[in-house]
Amino acid sequence: MTTLATPPGGAAEGAGGGDGEPDDPGEDGDAAGSPSSAGGGRSGYGGYGRFVGGKVLGSLGSLLFVLVVNFFLFRVLPGDPARTLGRGRFRTEEQLNAFRSQYGLDQPLFTQFFTYLKNTAQGDLGVSLRYRVPVSDLILDRLGTTLLIVGTSTVLATTLGVYLGVVSAWNRRSLVDRATTSSTLTLYSMPEWWLGLIFIATVGVGMGFFPGVFPTGGLHSTDVAPGFVNGVLDTAWHLVLPVLTLTLAYLAEYALVMRSSLLDEMGEDYLVTARAKGLRDVDVRRRHAVRNAILPTTTLAAINIGFVVSGAITVEYVFSVPGLGLLAQEALSIPDYWVLQGTFLVASAAVIVANLATNLLYGALDPRVRT
Amino acid sequence: MSAPASSPETAGSDAAGPVLTARQIVHRRRLDGLGRGWREFRGNTPGVLGLVVLSVFALIAVFAPLLADPEGLKVTQAPGGVLEAPSSQFWLGTDENGRSVVTLLIFGSRISLFVGLLATTISIVIGTLVGLTSGFFEGWPARVLFRMTEWFLVVPFLPLALVLATVLGRSLWNISLVIGITSWSGTALLIRSQTLSIKERPYLERARALGAGRWHQMTRHVLPNVMPMVFANTTLMVAVAILAETTLSFLGLGDPTRVSWGSMLDGAFSVGAMTTRSWWYIIPPGVCVVFVVLSFTLIGQALEEIVNPRLRTRR
Amino acid sequence: MNAADAGPVLLEVRDLSLAYLTSEGRLPAVRGIDLTVAAGEIVGLAGESGCGKSTLASTVLRLQPKDAEVSGEMLLSGADVLTMRWGDLRAVRWAEASIVFQGALHSLNPVHRVGRQIAEPIRVHEESVADDEIETRVGDLLESVGLPRARARAYPHPLSGGQKQRVMIAMALACRPRLIVADEPTTALDVMVQAQVLHVLSGLVHDLGVGMLVISHDLSVLADVCDRVAVMYAGRIVEVGPADQVFSDALHPYTAALSGAFPRIGDPAARYAPSGLAGDPPDPRTLSGGCSFAPRCPRGVEECAAAEPTLVPLSPTRSVACIRVAGRATDEPDR
Repeated sequence: MTTLATPPGGAAEGAGGGDGEPDDPGEDGDAAGSPSSAGGGRSGYGGYGRFVGGKVLGSLGSLLFVLVVNFFLFRVLPGDPARTLGRGRFRTEEQLNAFRSQYGLDQPLFTQFFTYLKNTAQGDLGVSLRYRVPVSDLILDRLGTTLLIVGTSTVLATTLGVYLGVVSAWNRRSLVDRATTSSTLTLYSMPEWWLGLIFIATVGVGMGFFPGVFPTGGLHSTDVAPGFVNGVLDTAWHLVLPVLTLTLAYLAEYALVMRSSLLDEMGEDYLVTARAKGLRDVDVRRRHAVRNAILPTTTLAAINIGFVVSGAITVEYVFSVPGLGLLAQEALSIPDYWVLQGTFLVASAAVIVANLATNLLYGALDPRVRT
Repeated sequence: MSAPASSPETAGSDAAGPVLTARQIVHRRRLDGLGRGWREFRGNTPGVLGLVVLSVFALIAVFAPLLADPEGLKVTQAPGGVLEAPSSQFWLGTDENGRSVVTLLIFGSRISLFVGLLATTISIVIGTLVGLTSGFFEGWPARVLFRMTEWFLVVPFLPLALVLATVLGRSLWNISLVIGITSWSGTALLIRSQTLSIKERPYLERARALGAGRWHQMTRHVLPNVMPMVFANTTLMVAVAILAETTLSFLGLGDPTRVSWGSMLDGAFSVGAMTTRSWWYIIPPGVCVVFVVLSFTLIGQALEEIVNPRLRTRR
Repeated sequence: MNAADAGPVLLEVRDLSLAYLTSEGRLPAVRGIDLTVAAGEIVGLAGESGCGKSTLASTVLRLQPKDAEVSGEMLLSGADVLTMRWGDLRAVRWAEASIVFQGALHSLNPVHRVGRQIAEPIRVHEESVADDEIETRVGDLLESVGLPRARARAYPHPLSGGQKQRVMIAMALACRPRLIVADEPTTALDVMVQAQVLHVLSGLVHDLGVGMLVISHDLSVLADVCDRVAVMYAGRIVEVGPADQVFSDALHPYTAALSGAFPRIGDPAARYAPSGLAGDPPDPRTLSGGCSFAPRCPRGVEECAAAEPTLVPLSPTRSVACIRVAGRATDEPDR
């Protein structure tokens, strides 16, 4: 869950376990130093290679865990899975049996699990009960839209959020800081889809004197002239509000965390050293303070990806954008189990990949983690 | 209460007062600590503001039946017309069933606060147990727990909620469960790192040398020192849980018979309140959520500053 | 070396006072300090924690916190650091005078390599220097403090305390300053490393002719390395003189207590009963107006509470601020 109470030691794999004092006490002369600094030059990059390997392995473990969870989610139900999964849709015993054999539910659990793994590895995620097409096709179809929305919002939210956080912290207690902090706190406290609703009601539909400017939903308008460029512009136009909504929602958290971690760094001694060397204020901030303060923000980005995925679901729902999120939400009503299972898998995999990327980035930024 | 110790060293800090036992001293010290904490909290304006707002909502939730007529929740006996604008009779207008929005808001507060607290309790209980255990004990069980914590951290909340809702059915209990399951890992990590650092402190070593068993160490030494941070963290988690509940109710995963702020917005959305410009149905529930979540967040931040002295100096 | 051989005056502190403005009131940390440091001499500043030594050190380059009230003058080669224009100040920082900070653990940026941090001031002050020349200079600097050139590629965290402190010294030398302020250079180091660091520091003065101000609560360190020593108590200087004299023949009661706390080898009595000093340094907010040391002083009399004693020169090289030693009331018996 998104929370401002980010674990201090760095969550996930960031700082490993606990707080360790990095120094080994006692003088050891200059030849030896500690193993990672022996021979000076290799310490940075050789260590990173091992670090990467470790992280990738960890991610594979997480992926396996997700696959297991995904499998058992539908099968740990009390009672007969076939009856539950085909809730109310089958009336005769033959239909139930047909359902069972079709989905291999009459096999022992282990066999089912391996079949499931094999199928998943091959990309077979089942067939949608509603659309009657393979789930993987549906997902691939809709993936692009969601990636577009989520990707754009994340990039915007991260850059704007970090920038605002830095400005706030560096000018603590100024008007800019107070205004930014109040507005980001408020944004952080609201459900992102509610912001979407408000946008629709105000600039979409129009309010009072303001005419509705933006489309209220969907991805394409019917009255657009044909042509590739027109199509792209039309899609972009339709995506403005969803992207704006998601951006504002996630910007808040980045700004708040960046502000908080920069304020932490600002009390550090090495900044006094930097100033004493005659650096300009701007350089002290950028090269030293922000460079260190960005680390917790990176960790936050890792945790946050999961919620960006969740956010995509609600925002797509509110704006009727045909992406993965809307697909998952629609699957609720049938319920279209295989679609739900497939989207859960894709969402989790996305989180794992994003986590891996962020952890690797963190490793590149903080040499202390690599040893 | 046991009899006061007789040796002169345990003479309490009061000059002419009675001699206190070790337990009494600890008790008194804890109370002093709480007093100090409260005084510090009082100096934190946003925190106090949050507390005031939260108290208002808490009172509304508790005294809901006194403030509004529960009959007003019944769809079949709705007093007003469909989506009426605010008037002197209905201060915030009516919903698509003709029910007064004010009544819905008042009773909705109960669900939002209840689910928020329930979910957080689940999350905190699991998180604290796992965090303490994986931080305190050595060996492979602790490592496995740590791995599991990391794994749960990657599970995306909403897709899991969707799946569980279809499998387990739609109810408030299930919502709380889902929120609890997806959020405990953050707390666990926090507590684990705290436990790890406390474990190495000298007074723990002394306790061990004196023969303190694991259970005693955990409950008498580690837990009380971890509690303040857990408390601050909990407050922030409630904020998150309420947001989550609102989202899940909005998507229709909550109890259909109960009104919550999220379900109100679900109604508003389904009925197209945006196009009919029924702002009284769209804005107030969201505003209530913002107020409550903001209050918890401000209180939580204030508590964090009290608990973590490092944060104090930089306000 | 004695004061006569010292070169031109590099640092001149005139009646410097600094008070922190906190939410709990005005906290005077430094109260009217006069001090000079000349080229080629090592001046020590001694005192307990909290007496204002580090505050003084930070003021040399105008690094004190923004909410501090400063008065007096801090002259570096004649120019007042406290009122300089920002551009001039930046030019002076590190190039004229540099500081070896205490607690090297946190004074180095953890995410930059050591070599880069040493090179940074060179890049700031001497922009025209080419990269390979900078690399050479960094390597030379590291060697001059006894570290291998390859250390430049290391990050701070694997280094030991002593290595980090030496990196700080190398960094302080990067722009060839004329004055170096060493703030607690040996705290948190074990004895062997202490000796090495002190050796490096005094070597610098003799080889390069820099002036040095060494700040420490450890009088034995100062006695070892300094030419002159000034003793601070509660924000004021209470005694100044040649290092060996101040240590072995202290005039001010506080100095006597400080040096008496170190057992002397060969003195059997000192082994069994090192003299200590009861009480704590005074809270700067509650200074009454008389001598700040009077409450703890074994030689205090009634007159001590009347007025804060001024620093009175007893000889060209020694001064004391105590009415029991220099001034009236010298003849009264001890308490």
